[in-house]
Amino acid sequence: MSVSVSTIRPPQSPARRALSAFLAHKLAMFGLLVVLVFVAGAVFAPYLAGADPIATSWSAIRKAPSAAHWFGTDENGRDVFARVLFGARASLAAGVIAVGGALLIGVPFGLIAGLAGGWVDAVISRVADAMLAVPFLILAIALAAFLGPALENAMLAIAISASPIFTRLARGMVQDAASQDYVEAARAMGNPPWRTAILHILPNIAPSLLVQATLSIAEAIIAEASLSFLGLGQQPPAPSWGSMLNSAQRFIENAPWLAIFPGGAIFILVLALNLVGDGLRDAMDPRAAKR
Amino acid sequence: MARWLLRRLGQILPTLLILSFGIFALQQLMPGDPALILAGEDRGDPQVLAQIRAELMLDRPLLEQYFHWLGRVLVGDFGFSWRIREPVSALILSKLPVTAQLASMSFLIALVIGIPAGVLSAVWKDKPADWGINAVALFGISTPNFWLGIMMIMFFSVHLGWLPPSGYVPLWEDPVQSLATTIMPAFVLGTGVASVLMRHTRAAMLTALSQDYVRTARAKGLMERVVVARHALRNALIPVVTLGTIEFGRLLAGAVLTEQIFSIPGFGKLVVDAVFNRDYPVVQGVVLVTALIFVTLSLIADILAMLVNPRLRAA
Repeated sequence: MSVSVSTIRPPQSPARRALSAFLAHKLAMFGLLVVLVFVAGAVFAPYLAGADPIATSWSAIRKAPSAAHWFGTDENGRDVFARVLFGARASLAAGVIAVGGALLIGVPFGLIAGLAGGWVDAVISRVADAMLAVPFLILAIALAAFLGPALENAMLAIAISASPIFTRLARGMVQDAASQDYVEAARAMGNPPWRTAILHILPNIAPSLLVQATLSIAEAIIAEASLSFLGLGQQPPAPSWGSMLNSAQRFIENAPWLAIFPGGAIFILVLALNLVGDGLRDAMDPRAAKR
Repeated sequence: MARWLLRRLGQILPTLLILSFGIFALQQLMPGDPALILAGEDRGDPQVLAQIRAELMLDRPLLEQYFHWLGRVLVGDFGFSWRIREPVSALILSKLPVTAQLASMSFLIALVIGIPAGVLSAVWKDKPADWGINAVALFGISTPNFWLGIMMIMFFSVHLGWLPPSGYVPLWEDPVQSLATTIMPAFVLGTGVASVLMRHTRAAMLTALSQDYVRTARAKGLMERVVVARHALRNALIPVVTLGTIEFGRLLAGAVLTEQIFSIPGFGKLVVDAVFNRDYPVVQGVVLVTALIFVTLSLIADILAMLVNPRLRAA
């Protein structure tokens, strides 16, 4: 896990140092490779699947994995490999869009709270506390339940549920940054607060946000699978790993492949994202890397 | 200490107030008219609809509805389940012991695995054992609870036939059977939390082991075992206690899907069934109670941290 930075080379900029530390992080690179394989699989699913993920076939119901159907077929005779590939689209889209939404909601509030202080900070912080008091998944389930079952609503519910983490993170870092020289300088030069926040503080806190975002994507993917498992996400017949696992439960005794492959896909993708997130954190924080 | 406690409560009360409003306002997101859902067969009868609206105060302004709702919530009245016409508070009280048993067992498993693993991996830092423990923890964090549950049912119930795949027997009815029905779900929930606890413990131990008092203890010639257990671990456990309490709240959330998989009639199953039946008062009640438990636990954690660490008390 540890990365040693050569001391002979001339001093690098922090960003370059972080990048080279990240690139040298073997586990993180492996994770990144796996994530890219999933992305490629999702993007090129129509060409790679070799079967229609929705087409049912009464002559091929719950067939075990074979040369014709690599991951077997499900209770409606659909090709599980094709469904896992197309399911990657729902999972990856949910992960990226939900976390993107969480950043868009959470970070501005964190910046405002950290810069404004006073009652503005108090109100924003209490709202974030209130949201964080409800466990992430329960909040997402409650929101999705009231919004109605659909993949878009699940993404929105996850985005809202994940946003207070970013608010709290951004607020804390802005408060740290506010006393730093570069912020003092920017302010002394007559920059209005919003300009200081966006042009000077945001780029400096971006690395930490990136680390949290990567780890949050992993959590969002599990959350999307959980909501779809409960029937609150992707609606049938469109494939999603969570809903595939839900129907697999009924055939656990004679068709285990129905549960093994979609669940394995979630596990591998989440594991890979966690490796990338841990690697990024080690790379950005020299102290963590030395530990 | 008293002033700190007051300040802390001064933060918690507005938080809970905002939360209660948020949970109440969720209703407004809801597609469709609740009166129509409740009326069922009689949805065509405007008189029935008007009566239901008046009963639920749906015809009043939003803020008035909220304060009326809040007033009742404060005395423990969460309204009636739309589905089975039972008080939500009674439903929650009847399900809570089931989830409490499951959560306690999981937490015990998490503590027994997570803390020793964290200590060992800190002591053996950068040795193969450390890598191994870290890898297992990473697997634990990355495995979706519900998938692990399905896999365990597949292996232990279907393949080996050792444990019942689902169902629940209360502890006081048949303790052995009760443990047999809850050990798999408790393990599923516990391993995830164990992984997080292990990481916290490892980080806290590494910090503690690099402190001066540990060097002093070693210099005194104490056995490494004593140094680790009596000097480093006792200090490292302070942040772990705080974080562990918060993880306990997370267990309640994890229980939602795990109870679903193992058909355990607890808190989590209650909320999922309520979501499916569009039984919104139950959903609101469960979310509110979960948040209350979580806030109480983090307050307890803060107080515990204060009590064990005199330096915090002075601040």
